[in-house]
Amino acid sequence: MKINKIIVSFISAAVILLSTSVVSFAKVVGDKIVLGAAISLTGKYSSNGVHTQNGYNMAVDRINSMGGVKVGGKTYKFDIIYYDDESNPKRAAQLAERLISQDGVEFMLGPYSSGLTKAIAPVTEKYGVPMVEANGASRSLFTKGYKYLFAVLAPANLYLDVAIDLAVEKNNGKPVTVAMAFEQDAFSQDVRLGVLEAIERTGSKQVIDDKLPKELNDMAATLVKVKQMKPDVLVVSGHTKGALTAIRQISEMKVDVPMLAMTHCDAAKLSKQHGKNSQYALCASQWHKTLTYKDDFFKDGMTYDADFTKEFGYAPPYQAAESSAALLVFKDAFERANSFDQKKVRDALAATNMQTFYGNIKFAEGGQNVDKPMVLFQVMCDDGGKCENKVVAPTKWASAKLIHPIPSWSQR
Amino acid sequence: MDFLVFQYPMISVQACLDGILLGILFALIAYGMALQWGVMNIINIAQGDLVILGGYIAYFMYLYGIHPAWGVIVSPIIMFFVGIAIYKLVINKVVDRDLFISILATFGISILFMQLMNFAFGADVVLANSDYGTTMLFNNNVVLPNSKIFSAFISILFAICLVIYMKKSKLGRAIRATAQNARAAKILGVDTEKVYAATFGINAALCGVAGALISITFTIHPYMGLPYTIRSFMIVIIAGLGNLPGVAMSGMGLGVFEEFADYILGTEFRIGSVFLLLVLILVYRRFKLSRKREYLK
Repeated sequence: MKINKIIVSFISAAVILLSTSVVSFAKVVGDKIVLGAAISLTGKYSSNGVHTQNGYNMAVDRINSMGGVKVGGKTYKFDIIYYDDESNPKRAAQLAERLISQDGVEFMLGPYSSGLTKAIAPVTEKYGVPMVEANGASRSLFTKGYKYLFAVLAPANLYLDVAIDLAVEKNNGKPVTVAMAFEQDAFSQDVRLGVLEAIERTGSKQVIDDKLPKELNDMAATLVKVKQMKPDVLVVSGHTKGALTAIRQISEMKVDVPMLAMTHCDAAKLSKQHGKNSQYALCASQWHKTLTYKDDFFKDGMTYDADFTKEFGYAPPYQAAESSAALLVFKDAFERANSFDQKKVRDALAATNMQTFYGNIKFAEGGQNVDKPMVLFQVMCDDGGKCENKVVAPTKWASAKLIHPIPSWSQR
Repeated sequence: MDFLVFQYPMISVQACLDGILLGILFALIAYGMALQWGVMNIINIAQGDLVILGGYIAYFMYLYGIHPAWGVIVSPIIMFFVGIAIYKLVINKVVDRDLFISILATFGISILFMQLMNFAFGADVVLANSDYGTTMLFNNNVVLPNSKIFSAFISILFAICLVIYMKKSKLGRAIRATAQNARAAKILGVDTEKVYAATFGINAALCGVAGALISITFTIHPYMGLPYTIRSFMIVIIAGLGNLPGVAMSGMGLGVFEEFADYILGTEFRIGSVFLLLVLILVYRRFKLSRKREYLK
């Protein structure tokens, strides 16, 4: 009796397995181009994972409803198979294997975060599957000689070096003193390298170089040092928790510093969580809705912002915008390759040179996007306490003038 | 190596005060851990996750327009019942087993809590603003956020109340009796099952208070629990079980040690230096113990 049951369950399991794999065993089914993506829908990256997925979905719907992808005289529509990687690199690598070898996916979209992209890239590389990713900025992704990895975003070392240049410019071209506080993770350390390069280039001087722990929620010690050393610029990078902790403790400890530059302000919803205390913070961003890039599908940043807000009920952070851009890149590459041959699509991707609402996209040898500068926005609040992010650098895209130096706490 | 702390003496004062305020808060969490460890012989890995859950209660009050400071009253009440529920569901099945099983069980609870909180509240880092302002001392050279002072004050208040309760009340006496000898207490008519449930509830309530204070002073996040578990574990290891003054002292000592390690060795060695201290203390204790054993021989 028992053995019978076991046999029956084995057979049914096998049948289920076969039936699912038969159905999905093709990269282009009928008029569908099936892309694969492992995304963090649960676990510690889940909020940004969802932004990524929403960005992908938004672009899929838009491209499909506006005529789809034309390859070899036929029109195809995008479809994405998602798996939840649980914010776990090992799981992400397994899922990439599964997408490629079981589901037969031949083109991949990237996951959220540099760490997970690092886990997946060797797999896609091994199978020669082109992957366009939108959320892995770590420089080490682009120095490994990957041939099938393309990132629509600017690498991490370019996040905050603009801030140092800006500070030097405000100091009449004279070198400045810089205090740095970076979390010890791949991304933030890459940001740090970029800042170090900028310090060297401008002849500036670093006076504090703190490495914050992963469980960072207290940087009082760093801020006490800042109070004593009085640097011209304080640079902080530690994902959302770094941004939130920094603003809370800077305002509580009344730390006066002429310029404060950070990453992840919009993901941290800084102005919402801290209100006026977050005022004057400079934030590095891959994208901002007021930038005037254009494309045929989303028109421009403002339209994208409005459409996205309508569909998902919240304003798109740059993580969503760059994810949408990844689909536009794929569509463009498929049409130029005019084929579904992975090698041809890869070559077409490598030759990409286009403008999207998110920015210009052109890939360097290593796969990073070299045609899109980072922007810096500053949190600016009106007297009523309503805060807005306004682009202040680079000058070409600025929609407001940088407020420098930051007024001291006693004057606020 | 950085000797800023010696160049500017005010930094030492700042570091000491920061460390003491931080340490008092940690000591509160550690006291809860020491209590249930002593009474039930359970090392609760989920301690930090209970803290974070307590923090979320205060955070949600803040979201709905109630001042998060009220969280220190509401959160322990809710958490007390959460603690009792956990006890009834899981802990009562492992309470008489060996330490390893209870560590595994609470480790499981910890993972479950992390995922549930992530599922329910999202993975965003959040905080509750108290708008308490700042206290400036010594000609503005030492800065103390009032939220930290508030946290320390509330922690001390709860600790004192608890000590009095343990000394004076019937349940408190029953808890202490059970900690000394559960079997004897049972024979003398103490309902140990009830005592265990109450102990776990009290521990969860303490975590609730600490969590509410942490949401006011720092930030909370579903995955931030483990560092609190580890810190309270260390405080208890250093102080020993059933030793409240010891827990308070080692909590503050650890806080100050951490701050100085941060200034002198650098932020990256802050946590590492604490672990190094733990190893040194354990080695020292073993060394003392083995000498004693030889003496007894």
